[in-house]
Amino acid sequence: MNWLRPDRIARLEAALAERILLLDGAMGTMLQAARLDERDFHPEGHPCAHCGELKGNHDLLNLSRPELILSIHRAYLAAGADLIETNTFNATRIAQADYGTEALVPELNRAGAALAAAACREFEARDPRRPRFPVGILGPTNKTASISPDVSDPGHRAVDFDTLAAAYAEAATALIEGGAELIMVETIFDTLNAKAALYALEEVFERLGGRVPVMISGTITDRSGRTLSGQTPEAFWASIRHAAPFSVGFNCALGARQLRPHLEALARVADCRVSVHPNAGLPNAFGGYDETPAQTASALAEYAALGLVDVVGGCCGTTPDHIAAIAQAVAPYPPRQARKLAQAA
Amino acid sequence: MTTARPLLLAGLEPLSIAAGSNFINIGERTNVTGSARFRKLIIEERFDEAVEVARQQVESGAQILDVNMDDALLDAERCMRRFLNRIAAEPDIARVPVMVDSSKFSVLEAGLKCLQGKGLANSISLKEGEALFLWQARRIRRLGAAVVVMAFDEKGQAETVERKVAICTRAYRLLTEQAGFPPEEIVFDPNIFAIGTGIPEHDDYAVAFIEATRIIKETLPHAKVSGGVSNVSFAFRGNEPVRQAIHSVFLYHAIRAGMDMGIVNAGALPLYDELDPELRELVEDLVLNRRPDATERLLAVAERHRKKREREEKAAAWRHLPPEERLEYALLHGIDQYVEQDVEEARQRFARALQVIEGPLMRGMNKVGDLFGAGKMFLPQVVKAARVMKKAVACLVPHIEAEQRTSAEAPARKARILLATVKGDVHDIGKNIVGVVLACNHYEVIDLGVMVPAQTILERAREHAVDLIGLSGLITPSLEEMSHVAAELERTGFDIPMLIGGATTSRAHTALKIAPRYRRAPVIWVKDASRAVGVVQALLSPEQRDAFIAANESEYRAIRERHALRAEGKRLIPLAEARANRFDGRFSEYRPPRPAKPGRHLLAPYPLAELVSYFDWTPFFQAWELAGRFPEILEDPVVGTQARELYRDAQRMLERIIEERWFEARAVFGIFPACAEDEDVLCEGERFAFLRQQVDKPRGERFNLCLADYIAPRASGVEDWLGFFVVAAGFGMDDRIRHFEQAHDDYSAILLKALADRFAEALAERLHERIRREFWAYAPEEKLDNEALIREEYRGIRPAPGYPACPDHSHKAQIFRILEAEAAIGVRLTENFAMLPPSAVSGFYFSHPESRYFVVGRLGRDQVEDYARRRGIPLAEAERLLAANLDYDPE
Repeated sequence: MNWLRPDRIARLEAALAERILLLDGAMGTMLQAARLDERDFHPEGHPCAHCGELKGNHDLLNLSRPELILSIHRAYLAAGADLIETNTFNATRIAQADYGTEALVPELNRAGAALAAAACREFEARDPRRPRFPVGILGPTNKTASISPDVSDPGHRAVDFDTLAAAYAEAATALIEGGAELIMVETIFDTLNAKAALYALEEVFERLGGRVPVMISGTITDRSGRTLSGQTPEAFWASIRHAAPFSVGFNCALGARQLRPHLEALARVADCRVSVHPNAGLPNAFGGYDETPAQTASALAEYAALGLVDVVGGCCGTTPDHIAAIAQAVAPYPPRQARKLAQAA
Repeated sequence: MTTARPLLLAGLEPLSIAAGSNFINIGERTNVTGSARFRKLIIEERFDEAVEVARQQVESGAQILDVNMDDALLDAERCMRRFLNRIAAEPDIARVPVMVDSSKFSVLEAGLKCLQGKGLANSISLKEGEALFLWQARRIRRLGAAVVVMAFDEKGQAETVERKVAICTRAYRLLTEQAGFPPEEIVFDPNIFAIGTGIPEHDDYAVAFIEATRIIKETLPHAKVSGGVSNVSFAFRGNEPVRQAIHSVFLYHAIRAGMDMGIVNAGALPLYDELDPELRELVEDLVLNRRPDATERLLAVAERHRKKREREEKAAAWRHLPPEERLEYALLHGIDQYVEQDVEEARQRFARALQVIEGPLMRGMNKVGDLFGAGKMFLPQVVKAARVMKKAVACLVPHIEAEQRTSAEAPARKARILLATVKGDVHDIGKNIVGVVLACNHYEVIDLGVMVPAQTILERAREHAVDLIGLSGLITPSLEEMSHVAAELERTGFDIPMLIGGATTSRAHTALKIAPRYRRAPVIWVKDASRAVGVVQALLSPEQRDAFIAANESEYRAIRERHALRAEGKRLIPLAEARANRFDGRFSEYRPPRPAKPGRHLLAPYPLAELVSYFDWTPFFQAWELAGRFPEILEDPVVGTQARELYRDAQRMLERIIEERWFEARAVFGIFPACAEDEDVLCEGERFAFLRQQVDKPRGERFNLCLADYIAPRASGVEDWLGFFVVAAGFGMDDRIRHFEQAHDDYSAILLKALADRFAEALAERLHERIRREFWAYAPEEKLDNEALIREEYRGIRPAPGYPACPDHSHKAQIFRILEAEAAIGVRLTENFAMLPPSAVSGFYFSHPESRYFVVGRLGRDQVEDYARRRGIPLAEAERLLAANLDYDPE
């Protein structure tokens, strides 16, 4: 099956042949800094504007405070990000059920993709030699398909594959409609959830008659080096490889320094591009992150120097300053894929 | 040819199946169509027990689990989901990939949707045409699984080689060209059908599978081949030994043809090489279709093998006894595989868990103890019985603790024995055996391990209020350390008996040097592990104690009297006289050989496989207190059965040690210019002070030998050389020892250490041979078999410090300095010159054609004083180093 937008993918691949591309950093950290209150979360003119408490449902801001989201995207683009992640981490029917806002899911995703796409267009117009890409985000949802929530009944499941696949298909369709040029399945702590997302994406691509590149990013939840659902990095790769991902990597949970052995294990086996967007270190006692831009950047520069990565960025606790520092730190190094091709030649 | 791409599967952990991989066992017991027991569990919704079937499969070696729920009585989709979700919660099962097995596509889909890893769908076929086949394949691909394809098309199942290959080829093209399947993710099942059915057309079924496999692997790149193995022997059901033989033979040939994996009962496959040769021949005739009457001929023999099996099953009849009797049986026969189950059953039949120990387990151990005492059972069996006992007790401890919390009753106190290998010494095989034997006899053993300082022994003895202390040591300096511990016990007011054991200890030394330093309590020398229980019982029994101590004391008194009168016995001659009667190396005409490769050499790691043929097994059996020479010991009327069993266990472990690289062996050695000055040899800046025999010998006929006599004297101006070596085995085995000990498997732990010792000794032997033939090369043509090597028929000697020709262990420090042994191969010396790891040998190489091993024996004060002067150490220090050889009582 062909790409939906072959011209854009050609530009993406050309850029990746030359340099390591930058993902943006945290959305949540920036939103916390904006000191929002309950009213900010109620989109005007929407039926849910009068629903119960919505504060904390950040994806609603795509509708209620679009200019705020846009300004964060711009800040990251200005810092040097090539890939802008949509503010849709929780925009699935399963995650929105907590707020009773399932009906908004298509709109949240369409709007989220449109905001990221608009910001990217704006910056690309300023410097047409440097393409920028909106990446539609599919988060893990707040339920797991291979872990029981009930300790006394290990065979029980709060969600099943088909329910997950339907929810992901709905979100992904809207993201692509809204202008997402890539899709990233990220913060995967249960590979079965991710497999449902990948399955849904194939169905969506089939319906649309074309594909968009799929980035896959798992999460190693502690220093045991396994996902929450118990897989090693190599097993994780074996389990998602069938989706022919555009890239595979890890994000969240650990800082760059703690994540390195696990990303190395993944990079050893993966035959696609490799991405990483770690947290700004491990959280401190107050749940905040202390790593300075220089610290995160120097850790990621080591990844780049070792030829481990094609795409880098930040997750929880990172800011535009972190991204700018990372961009500068990795600039001297070629991306992993280009390096491998050079070695093969 | 391109290298085959691996099939990469995953549970929680990855499994890569490549061309060079070993055959992959797919567990078959989690299948309702193949296992009546599993079917019953599922129908009765006993999922917890069904999960245990899966666990047992993985534990016995299944690398993939085949799960099948196809049964008319079951809602297969629901059961599949439920079972897969259930095993996903068990990390030790979920680590392997799952093969979802069903003839219904909806069940395959339902199963695949429960797998976070990469599994397999078993199976689809062209039975209903290409359109459906492709649709199913695409869905499986989208669900992220590999696919098993049966050789089945619109016309039916393929029986001949041609049809099998044709269908698989067609399926391969469709999958790779139209369904986007990577070829390595296609697994063909070219149908294994039953042979030996009596229908001539069936005779070639096995051959057809094997041939089809060969062609598929040659012509369809990267594709894999699998099959359900037990079908092939279906005609022989009811005769398990023959069925298993057929499976082994079939797999042997199919794997050589390229079969990558198969659904098998992972726990029940005999090794092809170990099949009864007659049976194997007949089975090969059948499997390979070599003669038309193969079935009849096999059936005739099969009957015999079935009867043999029945006899064996009768032996298994003990499994039908009540659980208390089963526990006793297991103890007496050292069978640990059913312990948990039997203990649990027995526990349910008693009011309290402790009663299981006090009742059946004690009864069994008492019988073991009696039989051992009567010489009807041998040490390896006792250690195996101990393994059963330990495992049983480990199962009971949580229950006993729970019961104690709820009851006011204090547990009965067992007698407590502290064991330790003394400071400076690292040898613990014997001590561990004693510990096991004592524990079997219901003593509480507190084992402090090796290199234990006196201070620690005293502290722990007090802390635990022990009833007895047992000290162990193998090297001579440990004797001195034991005396020190004795004096410390005396000084700090202890009054509990002390036991002394270990290779260099003796009744005489104990009587003369240890017992006098600790007068408040008896000090008893224990000859070997089999005596330990008798001694301990006697010491702790109010009735026997006094008589036993009195008998021991009178023996000691006799020894001391003989010792005091010793001056009247054989007199030593003065050192000067002994020196005048030295061995003459005739260096006026004899020219020592120049080494082909002088200097220092390192061989690390040394290939283990090369060493096995150099094993001297006799000391191995001695370590287990089985007396006799190898190999005759295997046929010994008394201990032969035990020796054979032990030897078999050792061989099995040996194979794994080598194949799985359980540890490394390393060697560092060198040959350097040297010359002699009386008893000294000067080499590489070191002065090796050797010792000379001082016993009175007929002058001119027999010499007062010293190792230095074998080296050319400095004054002669003749070039000569001395060699050194340090070899050791067992690097990296600590984790495995710990693992065995944690699993309460002292038997395997002791076996492993004993084998590591054998490797170190074999390396010393092998290296000496290479010295003679290759490095020093003074005997390049030497060809001696292992027997001759053991009989020391070679030219030259390799005496070791601490052994009779050079009893001073401190030479090791000099050898280590010259060879830089610690840096080179990681062997360390303790303060008393024991080597770590303990399976190590170090020593000298002498090349003189008349050099012989000898015993230095007793030393006069004149020589010890001279020695102290030559070494530049105080006399007291020299006396400590040579304590075991002194012919006089130092101040």
